[in-house]
Amino acid sequence: MPLLTVNNLRAYFHTRNGVVRAVDDVSFEIEKGDMLGIVGESGSGKSVTCYSLMGLVPQPPGRIESGSAVFDGKTDLLKCSTNDLNQIRGKHMAMVFQDPMTSLNPYMRIEDQLIEPLLIHGVCGRAEAVKRGLHALEEVGVPDAAKRIRSYPHEFSGGMRQRVMIAMALITKPELLIADEPTTAVDVTVQAQILELIKKMQNELGMAVIWVTHDLGVVAGFCRRVLVMYAGRILESAPTEDLFYRTKHPYTRALQRSIPSLQPKGAELYTIAGAPPDLSKRIEGCPFAPRCEFAQERCGQPPIELKTVEPGHATACVRMQSSEISI
Amino acid sequence: MQETFTAQTQNAAPLSEAEAGTSLWRDAWHRLKKNKMAVASAVILAALSLASVLAPWIAPYSYEEQNLALRAVPPQSGHWLGTDALGRDQLTRLLYGGRVSLMVGIVATGVALLIGVTYGATSGFFGGKVDMAMMRIVDIIYALPFTIFVILLMVFFGRDIRLLFVAIGAVEWLTMARIVRGQVQSLKKQEFIEAARALGLRRRRIIFLHMIPNVLGPIIVYATLTVPAVMLLEAFLSFLGLGVQPPMSSWGLMIKDGADRMEECPWLLIAPGVTLAVTLFCLNFLGDGLRDALDVRASKD
Repeated sequence: MPLLTVNNLRAYFHTRNGVVRAVDDVSFEIEKGDMLGIVGESGSGKSVTCYSLMGLVPQPPGRIESGSAVFDGKTDLLKCSTNDLNQIRGKHMAMVFQDPMTSLNPYMRIEDQLIEPLLIHGVCGRAEAVKRGLHALEEVGVPDAAKRIRSYPHEFSGGMRQRVMIAMALITKPELLIADEPTTAVDVTVQAQILELIKKMQNELGMAVIWVTHDLGVVAGFCRRVLVMYAGRILESAPTEDLFYRTKHPYTRALQRSIPSLQPKGAELYTIAGAPPDLSKRIEGCPFAPRCEFAQERCGQPPIELKTVEPGHATACVRMQSSEISI
Repeated sequence: MQETFTAQTQNAAPLSEAEAGTSLWRDAWHRLKKNKMAVASAVILAALSLASVLAPWIAPYSYEEQNLALRAVPPQSGHWLGTDALGRDQLTRLLYGGRVSLMVGIVATGVALLIGVTYGATSGFFGGKVDMAMMRIVDIIYALPFTIFVILLMVFFGRDIRLLFVAIGAVEWLTMARIVRGQVQSLKKQEFIEAARALGLRRRRIIFLHMIPNVLGPIIVYATLTVPAVMLLEAFLSFLGLGVQPPMSSWGLMIKDGADRMEECPWLLIAPGVTLAVTLFCLNFLGDGLRDALDVRASKD
């Protein structure tokens, strides 16, 4: 039984300029201890997907229009009460955010914030929590943890704060960690350390990780499965290796070609022409069609559905599904 | 930041060699200490408050002790600030009046703080329709001429000094509520609040443990600026005869008595007038100093 099963998740934002379909009919599942990557460019709905699961979509203007997200075969995260959700988040599933500079309360000592999940979920008493907090801080590689645990966030650098965030998320030993681009706001050397750290912690705790990123390189070295999102939908879902070597969607292909280091030196960088569609307008057919070099007339017409074309490999490209094109 | 680490050892801390980091509060305190005007104001205020609190022990006379034979005399030895028409010692009455004025200032501000912060934080946190309804109520109360509102309350509930505290507090919380609401609204979108929610914290804990400490800066500043406003309001009400009732004294009451006879006995107006003015000045300077010290942008780096 999968740890988390998401079905037909739709999260819309009702704004003055119309309904923004930030996440439109997304389904996926993740097994215990698995590593799932979600890639896509800005505004593709990957963050909103995570926020929906954590119950963090601001309502209003946001609304979960439909769908279910069954956690551990018991609780539907999208429909259960806030109280029930509070029993799960922070304890059984945790999240690491994008920007470590603003993710910690500036007026609270690291120690107090770090052990808060333990205390509020009643895992243990304060004395024990402090001990575990220190241990967690050492685990994530904060030097001089014993000395620095009583510092305040502004006395930590960005990378150190992200470590604290990770320690905080993992302190209750959750079964699922959602990492929402945790390496975007830190510099490259720290990125690698953070990646290694989460990998190490995953091995130790055996938790499942949903890794949200726009960096295909991170996904390649890291995830077992990948979802490619675009305009609030999943365009391709595949085991990592298949995604790179047996790509089944023109968008994924275009993304790969856009990685600068894979392009010939001196040549003009490859970019995908055009811009992502306006999500406040209803998109008929494939959302990528206007920018796709393989697009035909029928790409602009529904139904566009994610279909499995190879074992474990699904694509939303109709032309791929009928094997008209190969890339 | 490294050099600002204080190498104190905290015995109470579970780890005896843990360094206690400098909180943003302590940084603010350091900045405040550098502001001479604010420090001087704080000292003067402390002295005034102390004198007022200790009035029953240090005042040379009782506040209601009359000396009709003396009548109103200008400052002289034995009566350093003179006496009023009933021969009551002006210095004594000033000290006792300070008790009332400072107490009104503090208690009413406390009431305003309690209502305003809770109301504003709730409204800002929940947002949407709740916020809408709560803020319209504030608008409505705002629209009432607030002096008349206080007068009505006083007339309705009687001239009890405790009611005066509550009545003033009940009108002064509105601005506080608006300030806190605005701050909370912007805080709500901060990632650490989202992180707190993602950790499964309950709403009350988020509001009181994570949000209010972060809006405390503006709250403190506004509170120090509310105290003089409240004291002024009390003086004004006493001046109108609606506040503190004789024989108890308050600065407003004394200013009223002094104003009535300011041509023959100017000392009756000057002493309480100057005291009130100095107090208000000091409170405003202190408030200004606090605002500079607690400024978030200045404190981040």
